[in-house]
Amino acid sequence: MTSAACVQDVTKEYRMDGGTVRALRGVSLEVPEGDYVAIMGPSGSGKSTLLNLLGCLDRPTSGRIMLGDKDVTRASDDQLSEIRASRIGFVFQSYNLIPQLTVLENIEVPLYYQGRFASDDRRRCLELAEMVGLSDRLKHRPTQLSGGQQQRVAIARSLANDPYFMLADEPTGNLDSVTAAEILELLVELNHNGKTIIMVTHETDIGRQAKRIIQLKDGMILEKE
Amino acid sequence: MTFLWFRTWQLGVKSLLLHPLRSLLTVLGIFIGTASVIWLLAIGEGISRKAQEQIESLGANNIIVRSIKPPSEVTEGMGRLLSYGILRNDYERLHETIPTVERILPIREMRRRFGFSSRMVDGRLVGCTPQYAEVTRLEVDRGRFISDGDLRDRHNYCVLAADLATRLFPFEDPIGRSVRVERDYYVVLGVMKPRAPSAGIGGSLAAQEFDNDVYIPITTLWNRIGDTVFTARSGSFEAEQIELSQITLRVDEVKNVLETADLVKETLERYHRIKDYGVTVPLELLEQARTTRLMFIIFMGLIAAISLLVGGIGIMNIMLATVTERTREIGIRRALGAKRGDIIRQFLVETIVLSTVGGITGVLGGLTVGPVLRLILAALEKTTPQVMAQLPEIIRTATPVIVPWSIPLAFGISVTIGIIFGLYPARRAAAMDPIEALRHE
Ligand SMILES: Nc1ncnc2c1ncn2[C@@H]1O[C@H](COP(=O)(O)OP(=O)(O)OP(=O)(O)O)[C@@H](O)[C@H]1O
Ligand SMILES: [Mg+2]
Repeated sequence: MTSAACVQDVTKEYRMDGGTVRALRGVSLEVPEGDYVAIMGPSGSGKSTLLNLLGCLDRPTSGRIMLGDKDVTRASDDQLSEIRASRIGFVFQSYNLIPQLTVLENIEVPLYYQGRFASDDRRRCLELAEMVGLSDRLKHRPTQLSGGQQQRVAIARSLANDPYFMLADEPTGNLDSVTAAEILELLVELNHNGKTIIMVTHETDIGRQAKRIIQLKDGMILEKE
Repeated sequence: MTFLWFRTWQLGVKSLLLHPLRSLLTVLGIFIGTASVIWLLAIGEGISRKAQEQIESLGANNIIVRSIKPPSEVTEGMGRLLSYGILRNDYERLHETIPTVERILPIREMRRRFGFSSRMVDGRLVGCTPQYAEVTRLEVDRGRFISDGDLRDRHNYCVLAADLATRLFPFEDPIGRSVRVERDYYVVLGVMKPRAPSAGIGGSLAAQEFDNDVYIPITTLWNRIGDTVFTARSGSFEAEQIELSQITLRVDEVKNVLETADLVKETLERYHRIKDYGVTVPLELLEQARTTRLMFIIFMGLIAAISLLVGGIGIMNIMLATVTERTREIGIRRALGAKRGDIIRQFLVETIVLSTVGGITGVLGGLTVGPVLRLILAALEKTTPQVMAQLPEIIRTATPVIVPWSIPLAFGISVTIGIIFGLYPARRAAAMDPIEALRHE
């Protein structure tokens, strides 16, 4: 089986006035296609840092990151943008929809930056909206939706470009438990249909829903299940 | 590709409409800048054209020599009879010695009161030669002008200016009738067409009106009235002896005018101890007016440039605020695959929309300069007539002339300003670290 992402001995350091913060200290990880990984660990252990590296929002200080068969370790800023546009779907804790756009327009944004827009893209976005149960809210603005609904839009958006994997940083952190359960159900369903998901979470209950858990501590992986 | 651009524009307009008042105020800055470029240039052009026209009405080929009363400290102790000004001998000398002079007119003029039956009208008695009409661009309406024969025979003939003719002869046909000037009578030969007054351009040449003139042969004037004029002043009589009020010379070709003028000045200087005359060269004034016009345009342009600059700073200010405000949106877009160039384009499009709208409305606003200025002047006339009265006449009466090239210039500058001042905020937006931008509250 090919792997969706492969991280080899990656470190990440932040240099600041007060010294160097070593957010990641040699992390190796392989995520096969179709996997559902939960990254867990205490605050400050480097979960978000790892997710940002996987999401091509940043470059590692050392080590190597492969997405599919593509080495992204030394990619330029524009190349990273291209990879994000075509291969990665983000779901954030605070939804991060663009307020002046409608639901449908929000879902379409990643396609827009891929530099393509065909009529079947529009159809695909409509299907995604239907899948997350919002086909009757297409013309609404994010502020007119509940938190759970906004997160559904964000999930639909993350799938618009048919990404290698979905990265979710505490996707249920801002939601009540019932809504959170619904969102997690959606993720499980997506994974069932073949989507690779990498999720960061604090809560063990949520982590258990994934296929496996990776524990981070002080920038290193503790154990694998 | 075109679709993407279309989306970018659509998005830009959408984002701007999110804050309609803010966008409107920013547009207003550019609107004022653009309109003021067109306005100021149009007003400047109007004023300078008027000045140029006035100077040209004096004739670019002409040189005008006029008698000037010397200041009283110079004339102190000259006795009761004050004798000054250009002399018949000056006329002869200029006439004979300067070959480039094509026409030379001696003129003697004085204020007089003209009578017909019981009517009396104040006006200017002008002793002149037959060429006077041609050189001063006066046209005969009815009858005829003074002839060489009239001049030779010193006839008591006169020709009336249009306005004076209608006032002195409201009912009768003036031709053939006799106009009384003091004890003498002059038979009316003709009536002239009305003519706009010539410019007052300072120096020796005050504005001249031709409305109240009565023209007679200069020889007749010398014969009947002579050189001495008595004026009653605060109880005592004052007498002035002036041979000629003015000599107008017409030079054969424009290129000889300045040289001829120097020659005229030299000739006069040699025979006049005191400066009791002045030489006016309309061509010189014309050239001065051209440089003045250039200065004026530069000055006006500077003012307009400053207002555009202020408009540009307004754009920059708003865009910087917008970028800060939308930091999170920038982070989201970057995470979803926007390149730095995409972000730059997005914000640049917004400033271009702002400045283009400002530019287009500014051009439209600029084109209204004529009617709007008329309204403003009329309103000023009504509310503060004393202020208006103090304005130079040329400013009160000049009509703005829209300079064609000022329209693309103003529009081009406003769009350029938008791009220049929008570039910095846009680049700043693009330079943001996406992770930090996403964290921004
Ligand atoms: N831009 C940065 N500059 C400096 N230090 C940073 C930066 N980003 C993260 N760090 C540091 O790196 C370490 C790991 O941060 P990270 O955000 O990955 O933690 P986390 O596991 O996601 O924590 P949390 O559960 O609280 O979100 C922290 O000590 C943090 O202070
Ligand atoms: Mg985190």
